[in-house]
Formats: sequence, C-alpha cells, structure tokens
Amino acid sequence: MSAAPARERPGDPAYNFAYLDEQTKRMIRRGLLKAVAIPGYQVPFASREMPLPYGWGTGGIQVTASIIGPEDRLKVIDQGADDTTNAVSIRRFFHRVTEVETTEETADATVIQTRHRIPERDLTENQILVYQVPIPEPLRQLEPREAECRKIHAWQEYGVMHVGLYEDIARWGHIARTYDYPVMVGGRYLMAPSPIPKFDNPKMTKMAALQLFGAGREKRLYAIPPHTDVKSLDFEDHPFEVQKWDETCGLCGAEDSFLDEVILDDAGGHMYVCSDSDFCRHRRDAGHRGAMAGHEAVRVLTEQVS
Amino acid sequence: MTALSQTLPQPGFADAVFDSQACFRAVLDALARPGEIRTMTVPLTAPAPLSPAATALALTLFDQDTPVWLDAGAGSGDVPGFLAFHCGCPLVDETERAAFALISAPGAMPPLHGFAIGEDRYPETSATLVIDVPGLTGGPAVTLSGPGIATVASAAPAGLPDRFWQQMTANRALFPLGVDVILAAGAEVLGLPRTVKVEV
Amino acid sequence: MYVAVKGGEAAISNAHGLMADERRGDRALPEIGVDQIAEQLGHAVDRVMTEGSLYDRELAALAIKQAQGDTVEAVFLLRAYRTTLPRLGASEPIDTAAMNVERRISATYKDLPGGQVLGPTYDYTHRLLDFDLLDTEREVPEPYESGEEQQPMARVADILGHEGLLEEAQHGEAGAPVADITREPMRFPAGRDARLQALARGDEGFLLALGYSTQRGYGGTHPFAGEVRMGTVAVEMVPEELGFAIEIGEIAVTECDMVNQFGGDAERPPQFTRGYGLSFGRAERKAMAMALVDRALRSQELGEEAVFPAQDQEFVLYHADNVEASGFVQHLKLPHYVDFQSELELVRRLRREHAQAREEAMHKEAAE
Repeated sequence: MSAAPARERPGDPAYNFAYLDEQTKRMIRRGLLKAVAIPGYQVPFASREMPLPYGWGTGGIQVTASIIGPEDRLKVIDQGADDTTNAVSIRRFFHRVTEVETTEETADATVIQTRHRIPERDLTENQILVYQVPIPEPLRQLEPREAECRKIHAWQEYGVMHVGLYEDIARWGHIARTYDYPVMVGGRYLMAPSPIPKFDNPKMTKMAALQLFGAGREKRLYAIPPHTDVKSLDFEDHPFEVQKWDETCGLCGAEDSFLDEVILDDAGGHMYVCSDSDFCRHRRDAGHRGAMAGHEAVRVLTEQVS
Repeated sequence: MTALSQTLPQPGFADAVFDSQACFRAVLDALARPGEIRTMTVPLTAPAPLSPAATALALTLFDQDTPVWLDAGAGSGDVPGFLAFHCGCPLVDETERAAFALISAPGAMPPLHGFAIGEDRYPETSATLVIDVPGLTGGPAVTLSGPGIATVASAAPAGLPDRFWQQMTANRALFPLGVDVILAAGAEVLGLPRTVKVEV
Repeated sequence: MYVAVKGGEAAISNAHGLMADERRGDRALPEIGVDQIAEQLGHAVDRVMTEGSLYDRELAALAIKQAQGDTVEAVFLLRAYRTTLPRLGASEPIDTAAMNVERRISATYKDLPGGQVLGPTYDYTHRLLDFDLLDTEREVPEPYESGEEQQPMARVADILGHEGLLEEAQHGEAGAPVADITREPMRFPAGRDARLQALARGDEGFLLALGYSTQRGYGGTHPFAGEVRMGTVAVEMVPEELGFAIEIGEIAVTECDMVNQFGGDAERPPQFTRGYGLSFGRAERKAMAMALVDRALRSQELGEEAVFPAQDQEFVLYHADNVEASGFVQHLKLPHYVDFQSELELVRRLRREHAQAREEAMHKEAAE
C-alpha cells in the first residue's frame, strides 16, 4: 500500500523543501496563476511569516519558494549585484532549504530574484524574474486607503495619478519621479514596478521572460506575462525618458548601463561603476576597460567575492 | 482484503513535493504563454475518465480551500473518491460556487458564464476550468493573441464545440473579470487565460 | 578610502559569530536556561506567545533567549516557526465562564457572585525597587491559599446581559468558518472576527497608545472595566471521526470585557456596548487596551461617526503588527543606492536648472 519511495529530499531536513509547507505553496501557486491571468492586478494572498524580516524580500522569497524545483538555477541580486549582503543572505537561505544550484551568471539562471534592478542583459523565454516589492500599490502615496485604491483600479479611474505627475511638471518642469515610476500593464492596470529605477522600465515591456512580483508584508502577488505591453505613464508634451549619465563605468567603460556612484575619498572624489555586477564582469572579461580599470582604489570592487 | 483494496483510490503523486512543483511550473508556463503546449512529465495513474494532466492539475492545485465542480463524467466513478482522499477539496453542485471545475465531456459542458467570473474589486475570485479534450492538436485551428503571445499564436485543440470559442470571446469582453481555462489531453496542457483574444 | 558595501559570506558569518558572543556575555556567569526564562520571566513569555500567535511556553522562552530579551524580535522568531507548522484543525471556542480563575476583578460592581479575586497582581505594590531580589539565595515564602473550593463565577457581561442593559454578545453562527488572517488576507471592511484576531496579534505598545487615545477624547467612548479575569481554560476539539468534543489541553488566558455607554438609536434602546480583549497568559494591559480599541473599531457598525485614529480600521489593523512594522522600518538599513542614485541625478539636474534660471534672471535684471 505504501506509495513509491520519495526521492532523496535535498535541503535542511528540519524543514520542507523550500521552507514553505505544501498547503502554503498551493495557496501561493493558485494566486500566481490568477496573477498571470490578470496582468498587473494585485492578487491578495495570505503571506506567511518567513525567517527573514518583512521588507527584506519576504514576498519575493515566498514566490521563489513556491516555484523553485531541484532543476532550477537561482540567481539573487540586490541593487543589481550578487554580492550585496541581502542578496547573499537570501541566496544562503535558498541554498539551505533547497540545495539548488546558485549562479551569478544572468544567462545561466532559470529563476532570478531581484530587488531594485532588472539585469542589463536581455532575459529569455526560459527564465522567470521574481521581484521583491515593498509597496505594491502604485496609488499608495496618493491614497493610503486600500478600500479606495481597489475602487480606483476596478473602475480604472487613474486620473488621480496623472494629476499627481502633472503637478510635478507644473513645479519642476518635468516629472520628478526617478524610481518606482508607475506603468500601465496591458493597457488596463496601473502597476508599481517595485522601486526599480525608471531606467529599467523600458525593459519590462514585451520581455520574453515571465515577471512575477511578491509583496510579503502587504500580502500581494502580481505578474506580467511574457510579451506584454508595459507603458510608463507620460504626457504627449512630456514623453517618458530614462536617466542618462555623462560618465561611463570606471571599470568596464560601459556607456549604456545603470551606473552607481562610488565615493573614493573624503574630499568627495567619486567614480561610476555598473550596478549590474555580472554585466560588468562579462564586459571586463571580454577586454573592455574603463578609465579606472586596474587602479588600486577599485581593486576591492573587482575581486571575486568568496 | 481484495474488496477493500478495490475501494481504495489510486495512488497520487509518487512525490507530492517535487511532482506538484514540476506540474505547477508546466501550468504556470502554459497560462503565461497561451497556445503553447506544455507536458506534465510525472508518472501518474489517472482515475477514469480524467486525463493524467487533469489529474496532475488537481493534485497540484486543489485542497480544502478550493470548492470543485465536476461534470457528470468526472462526478461518477473513481474521481470523487480520488479527490476526497488526495486533495480533501469540497465538491459543489452549483457551478458559480466552484474555484475549479473538472470537465471530462466538453461537448456537454455548461456555458463559461455559468461559473464565477470574479468581482470587479477582486477579479481573481473567478473559476479556473480544467477541460479534458481528445487532443491538443488536430482540431479546427484558431488564432490567439494577447498577453503572453509575441504576435499571434495558433492552437487546434480537438473536441471543443463551436460555442466554446464564442463563449471565450464573450469571456474576453468581460476583462478583467472572466474565467480562466486550461485544456488537458494525455499528459499535456494548454492555457487559455481570460486575456486571450480568439479568432476562429 | 571608502568602498561600496561588499557583503560576502564571510562578513555575514562573522556578524553571526559576534552576535552569539554578545548573547552569551561573560562566560564566568552561568548561562540562563530556557526553563528559567519560562518560570521567572513569565510575563515576557506571555507577551511573546500572544503576539507570536503560538501557545508554547518553552518555544517562546527559547525565542526570548535567542533574541536576548528583545520582545519584538522574539515574536518574529516564534511567528517564523509557526509558518512551518501544519494546521491540524480548529478548536471549539474556549468557555471563559468555566475558567479556573486565578484573578477576577470588576470595576463596575462592588461585589458580585464569586467575589473580587485579586490574585497575583502588581496593582497594589508600591513600585519601589526591591533590593532583596539582588539576593538569589533568599527564601520566598509560600503564598496564602484559602483552601476553599472555587465557586462558579459567571461573567459580569452575562449578569448585565440578563437585564438587557448590555448588548448581547455577537455569536457567530455555529459551525460557520471563523476568519483567520494568517490564512486569508484581510479585506475591508473587516469583520469583527478578523479584527479581534489582528488586535490579539497586535503590538501591545501600539494598542496601548491607541486605547489611551480613546480615553483622552480621540474616540469618544466612556469605558468601564466590566471585568478582567485571568486563569486557565480547557481547549477542546471535535475530531471528525469522533463527532464530539475532547479536551486536548489547557491554556492560561486573560480576558477583558469593557463596557461602554451607548445612547441607542431608532432601533435600539439605550444600553451598554462592549469591547473585548483576550490574550495568552497574564497580559492584562494588552487585554484591556485591545478591548478599548475593539470598541473603537465598532463605531461604524454602531452608527457612530468614525473620525479618530482608533476608529479607523485600515489605520489600526494595517499598523498593529509589530513583525510587519519592525521589518519595514528596519529594511531602510538595506542598500538603496540604486534608487538614491536616481534621485541624486535628479537633484543635481534640478539644481543646475535652478542656478541657470537665477543667472538668466540676474542678467535680465542687469540688462534692464
């Protein structure tokens, strides 16, 4: 009568594979299917307390835990980099509870969990991008009440958001939003792209990979299916534009990537480096050199993290 | 002993954790890419008349929190006992109360709009229909477009009545409300979320 | 020279090592045992169990030890552990009228059946530091026991209810599902079951402040402590295969019924309304604060104008959870340099534009 013997289970034997119990995974999986079917709409879900704090990626972690399997290769980035402390912490968590292979190579990963960035490299059909989301409600700063926001989404009365953006134009001459810049998904739902810089917004549209969003503390899931239209809000006379730098990456010389500013000395001396550490490494490996390459001051930035 | 074992349901997944994960990824991908066929690559003996794919979907997604509606074919025979034993899901008679429906005879299925289409503030509270068809290819071709599809996709599932596609068009017009459909045949699935635009 | 934060496995492991060292403290002192925490820091254990939504003294004590006495961190540890526990079923409602009472007081009646039972309380202690406690070898005398068998103690709310002076308790339909916010996300307006659960899990400090605000005019209720009772109650379950209730254990709880004035309306005569609080163990302050906020949150259903913070469902329920609040406040420690970089770029541009505009204005002025 006994069922066929279960496979040897990888991961910490004290916990289920990927930490969550199967009932919780089912609940999240059902939510994800509805999220995919209603692009950009925030599906409420009974987020669980995870062993990492709320606000530190619990939504993304629950999504990843619900989709990940032994065949996956996981990449975790924070601020575009694999070596930031919280990315390391989340990667360690998944290694402990799943023992799946982890990678820093964007191209090799099947699941990429991210906070605040989309990798520079184009993602493919065989990848899923999981975003950690702190505030999933794009209207939150304009309307703190959940019940009101739901009505606005239901009746697609997004005028309030346009007014908010237009007030910026009246005051500053342009829209003063540089990150978490609101988008319309599939022409229907206003969506918060999680606080990625608006530089990354254009990567969301018609992306070949499936994009999943998890907000643990706010208990919401949402999704953008592959090849879906994602449009950053703008006005005819004030079209959406991304930020540009006059500088290039000091390490690899990239002119088209998102750059982080690194302070070099007490006098405010600074340089710029790619925020996407994998992208930058590949460029350096291919022989590209920035103005600061090889300089002693940047040695620590290019060393492999143990 | 013999009599007892005859009443025991067929075994479910060999490994509930990994098999349900693999099947979930297949159906997630199928709904994210309407028209593309995905295979549930897990060994499974399905209770008649369900296909292995529909059975795998039930084992992956159903539990005590999901009321399930069965059509006459699925509601007879071994299926109710199988679901009670492995999923513990409540079975409901009213189509509009179901979170999921298992349909074994698409020719006789109730209209799509008879199932829950969600509320305007909570459109996710709509039903997901799992429909067993004789095959996911070889039927009359339809053209699909919408989220998840780069330009257009085509699909040719067999065994669906003409009115099904008319109802899918009406379902699309309800967006963001509407039901979501997963077609199953053998070990394969094909997703038709409410966003899909159909041209016959 | 400065560099961006490079995390790395080593840095994190070292941080964990430092924390473990700090937790242990002076190795010359004996290490504190979980049993000592459970026995001698009982109120901390009760609070962690209440807000952690898990009744287990040993695990709560372990969480307190691991968190070095940081209550909110201990609540978080217990909640994260709770996530991994399978849910086997739901108990029957506990019957606090059948409580084995250790303490029971009413501020609304001088005496009542069963009497006022002071029990173990800090209420009438003088808050003078007791230097005798510095001596860990001293003898602690046995407490007074009356030896009398406890009389049944009807709940004050039931006594008042007989006359119709107090609104009837809202009983859920027998067998109807009860909201569980750990399994279903909250919807607004939230039912009283979901609200009470959120308040029971809510941060004591937050509820205390909100309850206090209702007394100071930000809520307009006029509360009386109808009853506060503390003691042990049986927990019963009905296993499906048996069909009748069996006792599965006993828990200590503190219950508070707050009685509030209500002027009545077209349908209802003037009567007292109630606010309810319940916590695990001895957590009287929490139960009372919870009862005040519960009553304030009922303002809409009682036809009162809801204008104060304590009456605002979304405000109260979305901000009462200290695990959520602590995580989100502290996530500000995580790197935000990508977003900050975007803002830097914007502010630099705005400053350039500002300077340019000023310069143009000055030129124009000079030219005129």
